[in-house]
Amino acid sequence: MEKVFNNLSESLFSDLKQGEDVILSFSGENSQFIRFNNASVRQTGLVDDAEIELKFISNRRICGGGFTVSGNLEIDLKRGREEINRMRLETKEIPEDPFLVLPTNAGSSHEVKNSNGLNFEDSVDAILPTMSGVDFVGILANGKTFRGNANSLGQKHWFETDSYSLDYSLVTPGHQMVKGSFSGTDWNQNEYEAYVERSKQKLVLMERKPIKVKTGDYKTWFESAAVSDFLGMFSWNGISEASLRQGCSGFGKMRHNDIRLSPKFSIIEDFKAGFCPKFNSDGEIAPESLALIENGYLKNTLVSSRSAKEYDLTSNFAEAGEYLRSPNMSVGNLNHEDVVKSIGEGLFLSNIHYLNWSDNPGGRITGLTRYACFWVEGGEIVAPIETMRFDDSFYRFFGDQLLEVEDTQTVNPEVGTYGGRSLGATTCPGILVDSFSLTL
Amino acid sequence: MKLDVDIKKLLSAIDVPADWVGLREVYEAHTPRMIRDGVPVVNASASTHGIMVEVLVNGQFGYFGTPDMSSEGISRAAKKAYQQAEIASKHSVYSFNESARPAHKGSFSSPYTKDRKSLSAGNLNDILLEAYGHLKVSDKIVSASTLCQVIESNFKFVSSNGSDINQDFLMFEFDLSATAADGSNQQTRTFGGMRGTCRQMGMEYFDKYEIFANANRIGEQAIELLDAENCPTGEMDLVIAPDQMMLQIHESIGHALEVDRILGDERNYAGWSFVKLEDFGSLKYGSDLMNITFDPTLESEYASYAFDDGGLKATKEFLIKDGLLVRGLGGQESQIRSGLDGVANFRASSWNRAPIDRMANINLEPGSSSFDDLIGQVEHGVYVESNKSWSIDDYRNKFQFGCEYGRLIEKGKLTKVLKNPNYRGVSTPFWNSLKGVGDGDTFGIYGTPNCGKGEPNQVIRVGHASPTCLFDKIQVFGGV
Repeated sequence: MEKVFNNLSESLFSDLKQGEDVILSFSGENSQFIRFNNASVRQTGLVDDAEIELKFISNRRICGGGFTVSGNLEIDLKRGREEINRMRLETKEIPEDPFLVLPTNAGSSHEVKNSNGLNFEDSVDAILPTMSGVDFVGILANGKTFRGNANSLGQKHWFETDSYSLDYSLVTPGHQMVKGSFSGTDWNQNEYEAYVERSKQKLVLMERKPIKVKTGDYKTWFESAAVSDFLGMFSWNGISEASLRQGCSGFGKMRHNDIRLSPKFSIIEDFKAGFCPKFNSDGEIAPESLALIENGYLKNTLVSSRSAKEYDLTSNFAEAGEYLRSPNMSVGNLNHEDVVKSIGEGLFLSNIHYLNWSDNPGGRITGLTRYACFWVEGGEIVAPIETMRFDDSFYRFFGDQLLEVEDTQTVNPEVGTYGGRSLGATTCPGILVDSFSLTL
Repeated sequence: MKLDVDIKKLLSAIDVPADWVGLREVYEAHTPRMIRDGVPVVNASASTHGIMVEVLVNGQFGYFGTPDMSSEGISRAAKKAYQQAEIASKHSVYSFNESARPAHKGSFSSPYTKDRKSLSAGNLNDILLEAYGHLKVSDKIVSASTLCQVIESNFKFVSSNGSDINQDFLMFEFDLSATAADGSNQQTRTFGGMRGTCRQMGMEYFDKYEIFANANRIGEQAIELLDAENCPTGEMDLVIAPDQMMLQIHESIGHALEVDRILGDERNYAGWSFVKLEDFGSLKYGSDLMNITFDPTLESEYASYAFDDGGLKATKEFLIKDGLLVRGLGGQESQIRSGLDGVANFRASSWNRAPIDRMANINLEPGSSSFDDLIGQVEHGVYVESNKSWSIDDYRNKFQFGCEYGRLIEKGKLTKVLKNPNYRGVSTPFWNSLKGVGDGDTFGIYGTPNCGKGEPNQVIRVGHASPTCLFDKIQVFGGV
């Protein structure tokens, strides 16, 4: 794939005329997808896919283009040249963009992670025997993913990784479920079987008769996976500088009313772990670490170069959508072994589901409990709970209601496959909240 | 650039001992244009083109999605798909035969009078820029945007048992959006909610004077919302406009009736369903006023088509008749697995994803009440328009929706404007509280380009049309 990327980018750039610039983004994968239901195979297949996105800049105007990469250089060059010609004509009839960002050459990068992964031919036999006797449902995504970026000034980045993720649920006969997500680069059968065994042990707790909890406010523990989902909301009308400026960010109270979250809450954008490329779709390299919220204070927002130009700020080379790519939340002091005792009476929520802003300016988020969620009484887990809806503000659960933060982080890998396999992860601990509102 | 591919020739060149082979070629081009705050922020066009090779081996389907549409590429893909299917066939959820891909021949073309090229990039930018000016009715509008995305799609399907289908689509998504803000007090008003205005038609839609009038209204309503009272909290009558009914239908009916969900395929992702296989023919889903159809035939609705991605011919069918659940959203595979009657809804987002049960056009059929009749029945309640927030549980029971714009209803009349109108409920009790269905004059056609489901994940286009409806005793509430 890297050869295809190099050949295409070099050939297309050589066709440009004076005063024209192009930024080229490449995204591809050679993937295996196996979908399981009832510990059997529901759907199985392979996908080879690669796409190129072009930004053509000329005459203070910018046009976008894109096409599927077939792997045949002659066809792909023809597609690329046709796109550039189309954009060249279009820049003569669309309005000027006063905030367009011109490419630069700030140096190139190359990162290839080879691994001893799971062979496509071996996947079914590696996964299914361990699941025998349980109601197992989920998806294996397996294989190589590629990202590249180059521009007509000579800057070039390449990122390649070989990975797998088995995202799954185990289900009791009473329809209670436990979530698992076994991901990595090198496949280790023993580690996989041990991981599944731990899921099966959790499933035993789920066989207790579920409790129907009344609506109201409860002391609540959120496991790391649930915290990760809350942090994910910051990427959607939250931490983006553009969304703050455009009046559609839940961070408005922090910016305009000087509201502070809990001093125990700190989050950074952190590329040191290498879960995803450091370069964005304009080929800009983000700082290895950027403090966003520090001890409850909004220290930085994500600022793309376009926002920087539009609002007269300094870019921190965020992606154009100014979303979190590799967030990392700081740990606190609560050991996981002490969690249930610390709850005393209340809720232990492993996962949450279908989050949305119910009042974005107020920071209020609604969603539902899902998977291993329990009622705790007398410092012990009593039973799973029936699904409940919550509706509460992050200004409370990351603010004045935040009691404790776990002393250990968990890496929650991005397993989404919309359009293609996602990269990245959210690294965060669990949190204990004094009062959390269940509404339905 | 669309390559000319002789898909029948590619099919004939495949040499694997499969029980059935199918090729589905998809070409799709998206052309989005967007003006925000007076400057162009998107002028782009991107296409995708590839083939999904599907084979049936020992009762198991296997696939290979590839952009290499050469004869060698497709033959290689077929061999790999065969290998995947053969390995998996020892552990199949269900052992299918050729009847899962019925043979059909035919074609479809979206209805339109003006094609994409009839409106140049420059002309469309001019309209969007002028519409932006109409949105910006006050300095309190801190941001406004106008968006048009045109989508052209071609789908071809051929199979070893004789299917030969060609479908051409021309579609667009359109939005006008204005955000008014005063510090952390922020209100956004759009044209039909979260990309709700999406249709299958041509550039004849773009009557600029109508667009400018709508832009003015949206800008003014955003300003009105800034100073409006919060929606009251309590149990009351709720009147819902079609651009919110759209999502109500989508989340609390459409997804719940997908038969692959009921069969458990989605339990690890989107979730299960409160509906069970034995509920078809017996579950009173809603009041007698409720008539829900799967209707791929409604002209200009976003997800109209003649055949699904498994080649099944698409026809209009009642899913819920006079409140009674009668049919599920199950394509041919789900019909075979469940033994239930279904519909032609086996759909994939593109050539690189395998089809699964999806919604297409799911509509609420009009009733007999005028808009004034519906409002006139309400002593104290709220009228809501345009979705801005949505959430429902994994069984499709407990939902909560937020809308952009509300009006108080007092003694049968619309009175004050309300901001942050929200409501929540549980699916079947909610639909059984349906006590008024608007007539054809209140009927609106909407949809969404962003319905997510499946593993691997797929986003697909769906259409929802509905009249304005009145519900009894709903939990309504406002913002912080």
